[in-house]
Amino acid sequence: MKYTVLIYENATDFSARTDEKRKDAYWGAYRAYTKALTEAGVMVGGAGLQPPPLATTVRLKNGKRQVQDGPFAEAKEQLGGYYVIDVPDLDRALDWASRCPAASTGAVEVRPNLAM
Amino acid sequence: MAAAEDALGDALLAALEAWPRVGVPDKPEAWLVAAARRKLVDAARHAKVAASAAPALEIVVEQAQRGVIDAVFPDERLKLLFVCAHPAIDEAARTPLMLQTVLGLDAATIASAFLVAPATMSQRLVRVKTKIRDAGIRFEIPEPSELPSRVDAVLEAIYAAFGSGWEDVAGADPRRRGLAEEAIWLGRLVARLLPDEPEALGLLALMLHCEARRPARRDSAGAYVPLGRQDVALWSQPMIEEAEATLDLASRAGKPGRFQLEAAIQSAHARRAATGRTDWESIALLYEGLLRCAPTIGAQVGYAAALAEVRGAQEGLAALDAIPPESVRTYQSYWALSAYLLKRLGRTAEAGQAYTRAIGLSEDKAVREFLADQSATC
Repeated sequence: MKYTVLIYENATDFSARTDEKRKDAYWGAYRAYTKALTEAGVMVGGAGLQPPPLATTVRLKNGKRQVQDGPFAEAKEQLGGYYVIDVPDLDRALDWASRCPAASTGAVEVRPNLAM
Repeated sequence: MAAAEDALGDALLAALEAWPRVGVPDKPEAWLVAAARRKLVDAARHAKVAASAAPALEIVVEQAQRGVIDAVFPDERLKLLFVCAHPAIDEAARTPLMLQTVLGLDAATIASAFLVAPATMSQRLVRVKTKIRDAGIRFEIPEPSELPSRVDAVLEAIYAAFGSGWEDVAGADPRRRGLAEEAIWLGRLVARLLPDEPEALGLLALMLHCEARRPARRDSAGAYVPLGRQDVALWSQPMIEEAEATLDLASRAGKPGRFQLEAAIQSAHARRAATGRTDWESIALLYEGLLRCAPTIGAQVGYAAALAEVRGAQEGLAALDAIPPESVRTYQSYWALSAYLLKRLGRTAEAGQAYTRAIGLSEDKAVREFLADQSATC
């Protein structure tokens, strides 16, 4: 079954990406996680996302197009990336989610994909 | 009585139905109090009980459950444990059922410990309690012929609670206690109720040894400290002494088993506090015995580690290589040990890859950082 693992990070996590003292650990951890997923044969896809300030949200409100700078919702944790994995069941997906670096500092959401 | 009956779970209701046949316990109120605990907490959460009353209610119920029942009612508690470990009950559901019915833990807590979605855990518990009622599982001590395997199942279920939240118990994070305290409480209970079962004593000794070292697993900065480098002054001496006395008692029966052997291994590790060194020869020997009665992946990796210390990294690696790759694809300890041994043999490229794999499989940030450091100094 395919699940999407959504990675939510807070401002501290996002800043680690470019912080001289923390970036090696940050990227190293995600590289290792991706490798583990791949070697275990469960990796389907995924992407890292640029930080929330680079987001733009588009909506149609009362027939008028509304474009705003920034992410969809004001929240302490924001989407930082996602993985799509193929595992037998939710329990297995949760095992992988708990290994995601963001599980220690932010939050990781697991949702089954629609069968298309 | 009526109000408490409202709060009874299906399984315990079945027990009450059986009482006319097997005889009513001396203090039925104590039993009902225990059963009502969970439902009362649930009810409080749904604001059916006044918010201010709920905590007081919970304390009363908690004291009743833990104190009164055990003193007045040991047989009933034991019967409940045996019911939870009945062969007809799905293995994955035994520990959660035990935690819910004996300790009154809620489904969400249990779910988190086992990394299962709360809704799923609730469903499993409902399903299993329905099965107990519908299949007519009796609330009683098993027949003598079934007793050994049922005792094993009870001990396995308690051990699963102890190990919840991490795979390698010896390397656990003090902040992620899982259900260690609850498991030790159950372990003490079972040891008291089954004084003739050396494996029950073995399990208790094992858990106490592991728990005794918890304060030393992280340094003051929160960094991971491997077993061999732990500050023995931080180990809990009283717990180690209790573990040793318990294991000693177990050994008098002359019936070694899986948990006694695991406890003996931990006892050997603990001896470093007295002797200043780790007796790897004895540990390797104990693992050989363990593999003969319980050849788990964890035991195989533990054996490989001991072998490496006694006969060199090459032998340790050979032991790791003998494990079928399929079974260790996501087993973090295997990769962490492999990386360590490859590094010792100077096979730096392979060590780096193994470290990366171990990091990717780790759930604990401190462990990831430790492994990254080890990898960087390859």
